[in-house]
Amino acid sequence: MNHAYSVAAVTVVVLVTLLIGALGLRISRTTSDFYVASRTVGPRLNAAAISGEYLSAASFLGVAGLVLLQGPEMLWYPVGYTAGYLVLLLFVAAPLRRSGAYTLSDFAEARLESTQVRRLASLFVVGIGWLYLLPQLQGAGLTLEILTGAPGWLGGLVVAVVVTGAVAAGGMRSITFVQAFQYWLKLTALLVPALFLLAAWYGDDAPRARFDAPATFREHTSVRFQETVRIDLDQPLTVSVSGTVDDRAYEGDHDVALASGPHRVTGGTVLRFPAGAAVPEKSTGKGDGRAAGSSTWAHPLADSREEHPLYATYGLILATFLGTMGLPHVAVRFYTSPNGRAARRTTLVVLALIGAFYLLPPVYGVLGRIYAPELVLTGDADAAVLVLPERVLGGVLGDLLGALLAGGAFAAFLSTASGVTMAVAGVLTQDVLPARGVRHFRLATVLAIAVPLAVSTVVANVPVADAVGLAFAVSASSFCPLLVLGIWWRGLTPPGAVAGLVVGGGAALTAVMTTRAGLSVSGWTHTLLAWPAVWSVPLGFLTMVAVSLATRDRIPGGTAAILARLHLPEELTDTPEGAADQ
Amino acid sequence: MPTTPRPRRETVTGVPRGSRASQGARGSRTPGHAPARSEISEQTTLGATYVRSLMRSQLRTALLGLGALAPLIGTLPLLFLLPRVLTGAALPASGPFVWAALGLVAYPVMWLIARWYVHRAERNERDFRGLLEGR
Repeated sequence: MNHAYSVAAVTVVVLVTLLIGALGLRISRTTSDFYVASRTVGPRLNAAAISGEYLSAASFLGVAGLVLLQGPEMLWYPVGYTAGYLVLLLFVAAPLRRSGAYTLSDFAEARLESTQVRRLASLFVVGIGWLYLLPQLQGAGLTLEILTGAPGWLGGLVVAVVVTGAVAAGGMRSITFVQAFQYWLKLTALLVPALFLLAAWYGDDAPRARFDAPATFREHTSVRFQETVRIDLDQPLTVSVSGTVDDRAYEGDHDVALASGPHRVTGGTVLRFPAGAAVPEKSTGKGDGRAAGSSTWAHPLADSREEHPLYATYGLILATFLGTMGLPHVAVRFYTSPNGRAARRTTLVVLALIGAFYLLPPVYGVLGRIYAPELVLTGDADAAVLVLPERVLGGVLGDLLGALLAGGAFAAFLSTASGVTMAVAGVLTQDVLPARGVRHFRLATVLAIAVPLAVSTVVANVPVADAVGLAFAVSASSFCPLLVLGIWWRGLTPPGAVAGLVVGGGAALTAVMTTRAGLSVSGWTHTLLAWPAVWSVPLGFLTMVAVSLATRDRIPGGTAAILARLHLPEELTDTPEGAADQ
Repeated sequence: MPTTPRPRRETVTGVPRGSRASQGARGSRTPGHAPARSEISEQTTLGATYVRSLMRSQLRTALLGLGALAPLIGTLPLLFLLPRVLTGAALPASGPFVWAALGLVAYPVMWLIARWYVHRAERNERDFRGLLEGR
């Protein structure tokens, strides 16, 4: 891979992001501009910005990697991410905008008239936000490492610095333009190479990808193992080895006949496979949750699918369908629409934009399975999108398209990270820092991204990358009940909301943390804990309803008034909301 | 899908729903009925009834949307299992049907549900405005 092109592409993306951020600074004059772009962002611009922010690296790189590894069932991820927006539209979009809430904490306080609920909601927003930022920063580090050989911490640092610059300088007005630009960049970066790749694939007599059998090497392929792995061979295989296999060192390319069964390949070894050989399975070592060459984006989650796939699929469906509405950066975006009707129409455009985008990653997954099957073995499945142009097309064209994809991947890290940082910083300014105002918001921005950045350098090789899935599960079990019941049920009380948040969100968090810590390894317990949404979402709803019914005397006095404001079209509510009085 | 609690059912007298768009056009306001708005802003019982009627029609629309999403998309994992159950073969369900459903068809289906919902929700609001202004 030509590093120079990739470095140039990433640099251009970073510079354009900063440039647009600076332009936003020039037109971002008032506090209202700063926080909510003066609530004048039309549906199209806002929808592009929302989509740009929502399509993180998990979508840009992760979906293709998962499809490569595990086949079409992994497409439930993008379908779930999209359906999450549909559920959000049905139950939340317009009322959330009409509530006048800037963050989910604002909504909780306005609806329930309780600062206690507000503080708890803030805690969840910051927690979910940091869980979401962590993989973005680590993924950026990994991508930059693959693309340019730079040290792993550099990518995260670059993203953090650029995001802080863009967010702190121009606030929401800047970020809106930046993210809208990045949506179109991401779509182009995935679409153009896909067309070239498909043409090349067609010219290659359109080989079929097989997902019901192990992938096979199309040509003589040498695979370099970064780490020590155990592989399983279905049948005997003769490979040429340079390095150590089964604790025997081989000098220079030595042809070795490996019997079927497990083998241990020491890190640093190079194996050369003959054309037509089946790609060996990476075997699941005992107590090692991270085996089986999975993608880092959904790691142990994807593993635990194998035991009870139907349950796991529904766990994924519930978490993504219901979790989207509670993601902090998603909620903030709705406030930038001028009114509830615009919020609805914006969401409709968002659905079209992200739906169009998600048609593309499967193409890379399938082509990766055909042309880069060794990624199954080395575990770098997320790199499939990045390496395909070079592998399939080669030459200057391959390098240029690879660079375009690199730029798109970096745009994915930047846009999602800036959206989440913006939301977390908003909550920190309002609920943690002593004084409000733009200067403190800038301080909060630094704080919002510095914490996950610090954590990402400390816990570098711990499987935190699937924190995205965790964030969805926690959000679906905590904020989804709060929003849905808060908007549609008069009986919700502050104690009910607190109990539901703690029990539902807490249960989901504990369950996933338990699996990550490796406390449960297999069986139904493991599956139940790895995919908590199926039981933790109903638990959150039931707790909230039950406790609210038990504390009926605590229904806030202003419930009727606030519900009227949530549901009546703006022109019917007599008192127009004040300007963004942050 | 979680159970969304429905608001308590109440008899709404004198506030017919729907099919009022035709009368709701601007200028058809009859004098003497403008107070409907102030009923709402002053939070009288009648005003609360108006709001409830709007909430109920919007909730019904949202639930219908969810009712379209759940069987169309939510039952797909079960559908994918069918061939395996019927034939008893232990093949992973990676047939062309899965690719077509999850990779292609799911998105336009969801978008159409969304478009239907947006139109319907806006019509509910128009009807409601007509109810207040033109009764």
